[in-house]
Amino acid sequence: MTQHSHDSVFVRTVDAETLPPPQNQSGIRGWLWRNLFYSVMDYSSVGASVRSLAMLFFTVLVSYVGITQLWYLLDFVFLSAVWSDPTGIKREACWTVSQGGTLPDDWHAACWPFVFAKLKFLAYGPYPMDELWRVNVTGLLGLAGIFWLLIEALPFRRLVGVLMLTAYPVIALILLTGGASDANYVNSGAYILVGLALITVGRLGQRGLLGVLASDFASIIGFVGWSLIVYQVLMLIFSVDVGLEPVGTGDWGGLLITLVVAVTGIVVSLPLGVVLALGRRSNMPVARLLCTIFIEFWRGVPLISVLFMASVMIPLFLPEGVNFDKLMRALIGVMLFSAAYMAEVVRGGLQAIDKGQYEAAEAMGLTYWQSMRQIILPQALTHVIPGIVNTFIGLFKDTTLVSIIGLFDLLGAGKSAIADASWSSPVQAISIYLFVAFIFFVFCFGMSRYSIFMENKLSKSRSH
Amino acid sequence: MVIEDEVMISMQAVNKWYGDFHVLKDINLTVNKGERIVVCGPSGSGKSTLIRCLNRLEEHQAGTIKVQGIEINNDLKNIDEIRREVGMVFQHFNLFPHLTILENCTLAPIWVRKTPKAEAEAIAMKYLERVKIPEQAHKYPGQLSGGQQQRVAIARSLCMEPKLMLFDEPTSALDPEMIKEVLDTMVSLAEDGMSMICVTHEMGFARKVANRVIFMDEGQIVEQNEPEEFFQNPQSDRTKLFLSQILGH
Repeated sequence: MTQHSHDSVFVRTVDAETLPPPQNQSGIRGWLWRNLFYSVMDYSSVGASVRSLAMLFFTVLVSYVGITQLWYLLDFVFLSAVWSDPTGIKREACWTVSQGGTLPDDWHAACWPFVFAKLKFLAYGPYPMDELWRVNVTGLLGLAGIFWLLIEALPFRRLVGVLMLTAYPVIALILLTGGASDANYVNSGAYILVGLALITVGRLGQRGLLGVLASDFASIIGFVGWSLIVYQVLMLIFSVDVGLEPVGTGDWGGLLITLVVAVTGIVVSLPLGVVLALGRRSNMPVARLLCTIFIEFWRGVPLISVLFMASVMIPLFLPEGVNFDKLMRALIGVMLFSAAYMAEVVRGGLQAIDKGQYEAAEAMGLTYWQSMRQIILPQALTHVIPGIVNTFIGLFKDTTLVSIIGLFDLLGAGKSAIADASWSSPVQAISIYLFVAFIFFVFCFGMSRYSIFMENKLSKSRSH
Repeated sequence: MVIEDEVMISMQAVNKWYGDFHVLKDINLTVNKGERIVVCGPSGSGKSTLIRCLNRLEEHQAGTIKVQGIEINNDLKNIDEIRREVGMVFQHFNLFPHLTILENCTLAPIWVRKTPKAEAEAIAMKYLERVKIPEQAHKYPGQLSGGQQQRVAIARSLCMEPKLMLFDEPTSALDPEMIKEVLDTMVSLAEDGMSMICVTHEMGFARKVANRVIFMDEGQIVEQNEPEEFFQNPQSDRTKLFLSQILGH
């Protein structure tokens, strides 16, 4: 390197060497230093020493509390727990000596034979024993479908997705209820004719044959027509007697109810939420107002009161003889409730999209729905995956509230299992609640991990 | 190259307001097929608004605008038709970050023109070669430099095979060393006879390719002239002041 005599002039003639980082920055040693010792090993000044000592103290304290609690839980759940009841003595298997059993007096741990004995009840509730295969088939079909959709390497994912959203709910409902519902063929036929008429009007309107007003509302009229027909056809399908014994929703329970409520809520709330969010940001004042009112109303009331209304108030307003299934009412309440939350999450994502994206799409001549489908929503939804999954998880756990209107979800089933006096012991309740909590955790944690996987995958494919 | 009798754009007595603010005042402008127009002027003078009215990104409140004889009004069919024929390049590129370069280019042909996918991809590759970045086709916009992104944006517009290109300050957001590659692309486009309207402050570009330079200030067209005349012999005081400010250093 040479330097001119002038201080302000400098010309580098030899490139500076590229050096490896200091040792405590890389490798295992670097990791240990940065993550463990960096904050507690600095004693170069009084202030730094005080800080290091304080850090050291809290590290030890937190480790101590954490490890002892973890050990306690481990001991309760695995090491000291009673795992089997080979002699069939039920509650006495989990009694200490002073309670009349054989376990030492200071024993305090989980009583798993009780939970094992109640597994079926926790899973299906009071569903008839001979018909459980129907629930199992529904569940296995659903699981297979979901895995197919989640694993990207598999072929025909689009087809499977469409089937899962159309055929599967129909099959599931027929399997679970047994089908053969009442149907009024004359009414259904009439409604289908009305639907066809509406579709025709919509088609004609679209071609501008019925005036300006009709052409503006053509797609809505067509949509109403199609919905009518689809609804009536579904009713007719459900009225077919496939030879299964009918099982009313009153006999459903446990994990079955939890999953039915959660899955329907999740599947319906996302698209409904997207539509509501788009509506709230729309240029059309009426659509915007309606969506805003809808969202604010459902967000403004607690879910418990929604469920109460659904089960107590709605029957009061319905004419006599009209009976709406209790589970169905709860489902609708949960769907609309979570759709309102979803709408706000999605709206957050929409707002994060740069105005230029809308303009570029418009300038290319894409229609509103094309630009939403191709440009805006894929980006907006990716931005808010954490929020969407947050809402899903919240919804999943909120399903426990349906027990307030007399539906026995997983938690409710657990609660009523405790009432079984033949298993009564001081650890009865805590055992079953631990198990129920574990099941909830598995589902919620699964959703959380999958969402993180998706986020990473999406952010990798488009590094900025 | 300019075909006098084929009118591409005609604007008559166009006025526009943002709330109370009168942003375009009595704009009268005719652009013939094959003409290359550069619009310049101080910031806030309405140049961007002017060209954004030409594809209805902004709505004008008075006067008539016709593009290729089709009037821009509330009729969505007219607007769709015009947008199919008019390409636009933005200051901030506005590429779609979740789609690859190729997908960015094929999106509009596939969805708007209903071109089959394979054909749309062939067209896209043709124009990506034209802007000299075919090798980036399978990358995402975020992986490209600013200059490359802007060239992709130009290719994306060309894929719709437009009759007219609008450029809204295409080089203003670029690092200085990348401006040239974008301008070169635009020059070669102009040499092929594309009708274009460019809002830009690149006076070198204006001298080189423009048939006409339009100077706007406070929402009005203050002066328009051929580039040589415009730069050598500006008529109005406002033009003189503006030119002295941008050329004077």
